[in-house]
Amino acid sequence: MANPKPRIKIPKTASAGEVITIKTLISHEMESGQRKDKDGNPIPRQIINKFTCAFNGTTVFECDLDPAISANPYFEFNAKVPESGSFKFTWVDDDGSVYESEQAIEVK
Amino acid sequence: VIGLPFDLALAAVEDTEKAIMDFTGGKKPETGKITLTAPEIAENGNTVPVSISVDSAMSGDDMVDSVIIFAEGNPNPQVATFRFSELSGSAEATTRMRLAKTQNVIAVAKMKDGSVFIDKKQVKVTIGGCGG
Repeated sequence: MANPKPRIKIPKTASAGEVITIKTLISHEMESGQRKDKDGNPIPRQIINKFTCAFNGTTVFECDLDPAISANPYFEFNAKVPESGSFKFTWVDDDGSVYESEQAIEVK
Repeated sequence: VIGLPFDLALAAVEDTEKAIMDFTGGKKPETGKITLTAPEIAENGNTVPVSISVDSAMSGDDMVDSVIIFAEGNPNPQVATFRFSELSGSAEATTRMRLAKTQNVIAVAKMKDGSVFIDKKQVKVTIGGCGG
């Protein structure tokens, strides 16, 4: 799959210890493996099977995805911000591809 | 998945029960602590919002380890597994799922102390989301 584009909504600043909400979405068909093409042959499964969010190297939130997750997987979750740093988001595809994005946040 | 034979549908419910027991380590989950939010009626089964929220301080001993979501009427009942940490701040998450037909959606939370909690909602689906 050619360069799925992650989109992330996260505040630029927070106060120390604040719990913020993060929203992420990545373009991906999430082919479930349940569908058939027009000749009746099953279309092989290809989904993003894992999503992780880490802050300064420490895991914040993880998700294992099954084929029941909709196309263009969307996640909304919370994170505590102890200090300035950066959130790293990682999506792992069935074909082994890894899609990454990083967002800095400043504690004021 | 239109016209799924009845015994197959029943098998999926049994699969879900077995998968819940695998997740909880054989412990029967209690109601409470976890809230599953999903629409009563989903017009499009391809993208149904689902949220979970677990009542927890997310620090010290009062921590949520993970939450698993099942759709017991789907060809594969498992939907997603969320894992939380102290940096989660609170044990809440939202995603979007596919539902093949009208069915129960189930969320089970496992706490760090090993206790397990369950919530269940029926979602009526107008157009199934596993077509092909």
